[in-house]
Amino acid sequence: MNGGFEVDGVAIAVFCALFLLVTVLGFVAARWKRGDLGLLDEWGLGGRRFGTVITWFLLGGDLFTAYTFIAVPALVWAVGAGGFFALPYTILVFPLVFMVMPRLWSVASKHRYVTAADYVKGRFSSRGLATAIAFTGLLATMPYIALQLVGIQVVLGGLGIEGEWPLIIAFAILAAYTYTSGLRAPALIALVKDTLIYATVIVAIIYIPSKLGGWDAIFSAASEELPQRDEPGALVPGTPDAHVAYATLALGSAMALFLYPHALTAVLSSRSQDVVRRNMALLPAWTFLLGLMALLGYMAIAAGLNVTEPNNAVPALFVDMFPSWFLGVALAAIAIGALVPAAVMSIAAANLFTRNVWKEFVNPHVSDREESQIAKIVSLLVKVGALAFVIFLPTQFAIDLQLLGGVWMLQTLPAVLLALYTRWFHRWALLAGWLVGMVVGTWIAASQEFAPVWEVPVLGVTAYTALVALGLNLVVSVVITLVLGGSGRADELDETRPEEYDELVETREPAPTVGGGVT
Amino acid sequence: MRRWYLLLAVPFLGLLYPPLYAREDPELFGFPFFYWYQFGWVPLTAALTYFVYRKTRTVERPAPARTGRFERT
Repeated sequence: MNGGFEVDGVAIAVFCALFLLVTVLGFVAARWKRGDLGLLDEWGLGGRRFGTVITWFLLGGDLFTAYTFIAVPALVWAVGAGGFFALPYTILVFPLVFMVMPRLWSVASKHRYVTAADYVKGRFSSRGLATAIAFTGLLATMPYIALQLVGIQVVLGGLGIEGEWPLIIAFAILAAYTYTSGLRAPALIALVKDTLIYATVIVAIIYIPSKLGGWDAIFSAASEELPQRDEPGALVPGTPDAHVAYATLALGSAMALFLYPHALTAVLSSRSQDVVRRNMALLPAWTFLLGLMALLGYMAIAAGLNVTEPNNAVPALFVDMFPSWFLGVALAAIAIGALVPAAVMSIAAANLFTRNVWKEFVNPHVSDREESQIAKIVSLLVKVGALAFVIFLPTQFAIDLQLLGGVWMLQTLPAVLLALYTRWFHRWALLAGWLVGMVVGTWIAASQEFAPVWEVPVLGVTAYTALVALGLNLVVSVVITLVLGGSGRADELDETRPEEYDELVETREPAPTVGGGVT
Repeated sequence: MRRWYLLLAVPFLGLLYPPLYAREDPELFGFPFFYWYQFGWVPLTAALTYFVYRKTRTVERPAPARTGRFERT
């Protein structure tokens, strides 16, 4: 993993100081916006009380992960324009979410749903369908957590640190404060992370081009270099195939993002649906940042760096360009950037396991306190699993699985998002559609070595596999619903009511409790 | 009221048909068209979303019944 970087004492010192700061914050977070952390709503959703500003930092820090900041420039470095689909993807995701997520927030707040599977169970009264949704979320989240570790590993490599022990220490600390503080820890740490990332990117996009002769020179260098690669890239997507791939990757990824458990957890932790909606107009600031970050890939090309593998493009550029102390800041920004999503993801996975596996199949009479305790323990296990994943399996395995994660998550769209608008679908039809989408999507991806796009036989276009699978999923869902008729649609199976989706409620402050009210 | 939501379709039209913008000229500040066009949609989409948010907010925020967010007991 180490790209052969030298050990830089000053950079390491700055890095460690910043890491120490967020560790302290992580533990202090338990006392912030005080609530009873013995309840899952408090530990796993921060009491659903975050306002516009905190939600902005948390969602931004959660969705734009460290791995994103490593992998997007790496892809742009490797293939050029094709990797830039991340920009339209993260532009379109917010208007999409603006339409649907406030409805989910309202109904979830009303019925105390903590996960998407909770909602599906309430809406369709189907344990099978809810379990399928929970299973998908867990399956997609695990490799994503592992990739955050890969992000930290790449950064440590940039500092010249080799071996696995620093990674283990970093994750042990993360596990400890997530255990004690729950979602409050990443929310508070996100303030530091986001400030550092913004500072790093702003400095990078002003300072580095000035050293490389301006944007003109950077784009010219990329335009000369990219076509000469073993797999030729381009500065602008040229062929019709490349256009379809670009557009479907952007659309499919945008549709999948907010189905991920960690995205939903951050949405549900906000105070009201108004906060969610307002944030969708503010979060594009992150999109802009990601777009600029993507261009670091071209800067690495223009700087003529000897990059051993694409993921090293950003660290190599920083090592080459920045003085030691700022190198420490920049690499700390990315590493801390891994901690926020890793924490939220492990909390989301823990919520899913506790609510939709443990309570559903092991002990339906679990008390509120036990529920929270189980979630805390599961959040630890999930992290140990991710760590083992990265240490014992090839990195490529996690990357392939993460790509599959997008395919998998999108298959929950009919049961979760379409259900917010209609109960027309039969629950068994949705389950069958999900199964077809999962199997076909996985099969297509695996059969072509996990390339994200697939040449669709009948249509003759090259499109994002996840969208192809979703198409099949929808066809199956519609056909089976028609075949089964209205039997599964009886309203008495639905515990939600239409008006609950639009209610403009706000979470109230909790009543003081014995455990949490003592100051 | 609900028809304001249609405005949110605009960025999809502008971005999901790459032949519309997959070219190098005209450049802006050294950025090929492909890049600055897509960057341009970021503030534009944010502005559209904010506009729709203002137009579709049915009720004013409920009167603050709470005495303060950081109230301690």
